[in-house]
Amino acid sequence: MRNIVRHRLFWPALALATLITVNSAARPQFLRVTMRDGELYGALIDILRNSAPLMLVALGMTIVIATRGIDLSVGAVMAVSGAVALTIIDGSSDPNGVGTVLIAVVTAIAVAMVLGVWNGLLVSVFGIQPIIATLVLMLAGRGAALLVTDGFITTVNSEPFAFIASGYLTVLPFAFFISVAAIASIAIVERRTALGMLTEAVGINPEASRLAGVRSRGIIWGAYVLSAVLAGIAGIIYASNIKAADANAAGLLIELYAILAVVLGGTSLQGGTFSLAGTVLGVLIIQTLNSTILFMGIPSAQSPVFFAVVVVVVVVIQSQKVRSWIRALGASGRNRRSAATTEVAS
Amino acid sequence: MKKTIITGLAVAAVGMLALTACSSGAEGGSGAASDGGSGGDLITVGFAQTGSESGWRSANTESMKTAFSTDNGFDLIFNAADNDAAAQIAAVRSFINQGVDAIVIAPIVEDGWDDVLQEAADAGIPVILEDRTVSASEDLYSTWVGLDFQLEGQKAGEWAAETFTGPTNMVVLEGTTGSAPANDRATGFDEAIAGSSITKIDSQTGDFTRDGGKTVMEGFLQKYGVDGIDLVYAHNDDMALGAIEAIEAAGAVPGEDIKIISIDAVHDGMQALADGKINYIVECNPLLGDKAAALVKAVLNGESVDKRTIVEDQAFDQDAAIAALPDRKY
Repeated sequence: MRNIVRHRLFWPALALATLITVNSAARPQFLRVTMRDGELYGALIDILRNSAPLMLVALGMTIVIATRGIDLSVGAVMAVSGAVALTIIDGSSDPNGVGTVLIAVVTAIAVAMVLGVWNGLLVSVFGIQPIIATLVLMLAGRGAALLVTDGFITTVNSEPFAFIASGYLTVLPFAFFISVAAIASIAIVERRTALGMLTEAVGINPEASRLAGVRSRGIIWGAYVLSAVLAGIAGIIYASNIKAADANAAGLLIELYAILAVVLGGTSLQGGTFSLAGTVLGVLIIQTLNSTILFMGIPSAQSPVFFAVVVVVVVVIQSQKVRSWIRALGASGRNRRSAATTEVAS
Repeated sequence: MKKTIITGLAVAAVGMLALTACSSGAEGGSGAASDGGSGGDLITVGFAQTGSESGWRSANTESMKTAFSTDNGFDLIFNAADNDAAAQIAAVRSFINQGVDAIVIAPIVEDGWDDVLQEAADAGIPVILEDRTVSASEDLYSTWVGLDFQLEGQKAGEWAAETFTGPTNMVVLEGTTGSAPANDRATGFDEAIAGSSITKIDSQTGDFTRDGGKTVMEGFLQKYGVDGIDLVYAHNDDMALGAIEAIEAAGAVPGEDIKIISIDAVHDGMQALADGKINYIVECNPLLGDKAAALVKAVLNGESVDKRTIVEDQAFDQDAAIAALPDRKY
């Protein structure tokens, strides 16, 4: 039991479980999943599907943060990627062709990758502080996306493109499989090879790892490229979900939610040790929290406060300091043979 | 330091959202262009536009450029400030220095105009406000021409109250929390349906975006079920378009199983209305150019004008949308 409680994923997992419990207690239909035409349908399925863009962006952000960096440009990259994909489909003679959609998606991801190479170049080669280096694209990228779409919202009717966000593969949403594929491939590359350890080494002490023979430049550069590519895919899912490229709104503020997801998952913004599973939990907490606001019927004016309160509680219970205080309280309590109550309270 | 910057960015982004008028939008692309040159007896007008943040704004700019054309006796100096309030004030100062005959401003923010408006008044240049207004004293500008968001909500509400006579469960997709169009459209609508058989069962912000509208509508559908919702009132077309996606994904028919009322009448919204997926749209008319041009001429001729000129918004049902679509300018 103690080992479970001490596991660093215990608190985020508990927060997620609590949110789900509260929701289902308030409205039992939250847990209801029904089968319709061989496809699962329900609030929980919506959470899995709608979390896909944030999941991809947050995974990339985790790796960037592990190298002691930060990527503020992800939202703008999403907007660019969506704008590029939709403009290609809109301009083609066969918007319903799978080939057209494939070309659009591949081009959009390639453009996103170029943006990532630019970010990585500024950070790893020119040594510009990550927050400033990526701020450039954060501001300029959305403008570029607006140029691509002429300031209008480009709308398309393309079945294969809509499938990316709204379609089902067997019983589950296709977007969910994109998330799972991203989680699995990053976990395998980072954790089954030495790359994860090298990334953490660069984040903990770049100079020491360089002296130890780690090629930190390539690792940092790669992190920004990965982040941008994942943001590019997220932008395609976002655009596919609404069948339109909304360059003003696509990925707006998502960089902050991604950073929040990473922190909720227990990864430090100081860089170094990172937890992919923690980030996944963090994303699910944020997405469930958004559903909670809807399900509990919290008025729009109060919802940011509600959101903030929950986040603060989750962050505070994860804090080492707070936990050691509580432990100290528990220890002094045990001396007075009243350990049980304080343990429960903590 | 990192945290300060992030907070600053968040505040800036939220600020930008709160400023938008009819539709949503944040920063715009570059759009500044100016036309110099002076004609014989042309009226030189400087127009300080907010930027090009939305389709609504693009249509508004087009309308102004057409109305203030050389053919109509104007020489327009156009400036788009890309939602940068300081840049907009700088643009107005440069109009004053160039000695234009009149200045038209679509203010990005309400505050901070007192000094520059005083400078214009000292130089004897009349100022006409368009679309949004300012907090400065009314003496500092000649007139304001714009839209009444509350009236838009009221029109939508009146139609709803007349159309839905049986018990009706309505959900609302609100605009950006705290923005003038969201507040006023809610107030107008609620007043109009007071005492009718329509019950507002839920209301949540969709931030004026398609994605927001879709996500919130999905939540409503999970919460109440397709049969628990009869009517959706969306504060703009984009959210209504998102709601259509959500309703279709839930296996229901938008416009039939669940009726939709919306405001804006942008092209995609009108198309959905013509297709029967939206049932009623109240226009938020961006074509303010002709009214503004007439007011500029009146002010320069020394005629007395009202401090507020409200442009009437049209409303469309399906037949009207089909008839209007081919000639729509936006």
